[in-house]
Amino acid sequence: MVDRATPTKEEVLLILETVKDPEVPVVSVVELGIVRQVAIADRHVTITITPTYSGCPAMREIEQDIRAALSASGIDEVTIATVHAPAWTTDWIGADAKEKLRAYGIAPPGPAEQGGLVTIARRRAAPACPRCGSSNTDLQSEFGSTACKAIHVCRNCAEPFDEFKAF
Amino acid sequence: MSDPLSGPQSGPQSGPHVAGKRAEDIANPLFEYLLRIGDDRVVLGHRTSEWCGHGPMLEEDIALANIALDFVGQGSALLALAGATEGQGRDEDTLAYFRSEPEYRNVQLVELPKGDFAFTVARQFLFDAHSVLLWESLAQCPFAPLAGIAAKALKEDRYHVRHSSDWMLRLGDGTAESHERVQRALNNLWRFAGELFEVDAVDVAVHEQGIVVDMPSIQSRWNAMVSDVVTRATLTLPATGASATGGRRGRHTESLGHMLAEMQIVARSHPGAKW
Repeated sequence: MVDRATPTKEEVLLILETVKDPEVPVVSVVELGIVRQVAIADRHVTITITPTYSGCPAMREIEQDIRAALSASGIDEVTIATVHAPAWTTDWIGADAKEKLRAYGIAPPGPAEQGGLVTIARRRAAPACPRCGSSNTDLQSEFGSTACKAIHVCRNCAEPFDEFKAF
Repeated sequence: MSDPLSGPQSGPQSGPHVAGKRAEDIANPLFEYLLRIGDDRVVLGHRTSEWCGHGPMLEEDIALANIALDFVGQGSALLALAGATEGQGRDEDTLAYFRSEPEYRNVQLVELPKGDFAFTVARQFLFDAHSVLLWESLAQCPFAPLAGIAAKALKEDRYHVRHSSDWMLRLGDGTAESHERVQRALNNLWRFAGELFEVDAVDVAVHEQGIVVDMPSIQSRWNAMVSDVVTRATLTLPATGASATGGRRGRHTESLGHMLAEMQIVARSHPGAKW
C-alpha cells in the first residue's frame, strides 16, 4: 500500500471520472449521475452511489471498478453506500455526456417522463438517428440490450440503433 | 442516509376494519408487509425469466428478460429491507432461497406457470396496472427506505405497464387466434386478480405505522385502467365471481413448490457458494 496523504474530494472525483459504465464505456459513473456523494473523514473515503435500474446487473461491477480505480491511486479505505432516493433519472446526464453518447452511436435521452400514467403506447418525439441525424426513426422496442436502452431503426439510413431511454 | 432499522413514524390512528386476526397479534407487521410485496416480485421475476431464450421474437425475448430483471431487483431491495426490519440477520438471498412454499407470501396470480405468450401478457398487464398504483401510493409513505424503493420502481413499472398494455392491444385486436388466446388467458386469470386488493390485519397494522394505502381507491382506478385497455383491445371483461385467496397466508397453488425447487436448488445444494 502506498503511503499517501489524505485524498481531497476533487482528487477522488477525478479518479471516478475514469470509471466508465461497463455497458456504455464512453461516459463515466460521475457523468451518469450514479455517484451521488463523496465524503472524506480521517483518510476514509465514503462514496454514495445510486442504481440506475433496480435490477441493473452492472451495479456490482461498477462498485468493483470504483474500488479498483481508487486502489490504483493508493486509496484503500473506501466504503461504498447505496441509496435509492432520490431515484436516478436521466435528467442528471449533462449535455457533454449526451454528446458523447450520440458520438458513440446511442441516441441520448430526452426529458424524463412526468405526470400521469399512460397505458397505451406513448408517442414521444422520435429520437434523431445518431448516424445520419434524421428524425424519421421508428421505435422497435422500449426494452433493449440493457434496461436503460430502447431499440429504434432509422427509416432514412436504415441504421438500427439504441436510445438511452428517458427515465 | 436514514437508518432502515428505525421503522416508520407513527401515522393515522384508524385503519380499515377487517375480520380475522387482530393487528396487535402480529409480531412484526412491517416485516410481513415487505415480504408480501417483495415475494410478489421475486416470484413474478422468476416466472418472467423463464421466457429468456423462448420469446416469440428477439425483441420480445429481450424485453421480457429486462422486465424480469427489474422485478428481481425490486424484490431483492424489498427483501433486503424486510430482513433489516426483522433484525434476525437474514439478508435478501437467505429470504429468497431458504424459505419454503408456506413461508412465501406472494399472491397466487404471480406463481401460475408462464403459459403461452398471451397468458404471460395478460398476467403482466393485470399485475403492472396494480403495481404502478401501489407504488404511487407507497412513494408518499413516511418510511423513507420503502418510499425510495417505491419511487424508483414506479419509474420502471410505467415502462412495464405500457409494454403489457400495448401487447393486450396487439393480441386482442390482432388475429382471430391471438384474440381467442388472450381472451382465454384473461378469463382464466380473472379470479386471481382479486387477491391483489385484499386488506387484512397486516395492512391495518402498517397503516397504523403510517404506511397508508387506500386499497378501495386503487381497486377502482385499476378497474378503470383495465377496462379501458380491455375494451380498446376488443376483448370482453370476464364476469367477477369467486376470488382465489390464501397466498398472503402461505397457501399456494401446486405451481409454487415446483418453481421454488428450481429457483432454490443451487443455493440449497451449495450453501454460501460464491462464484
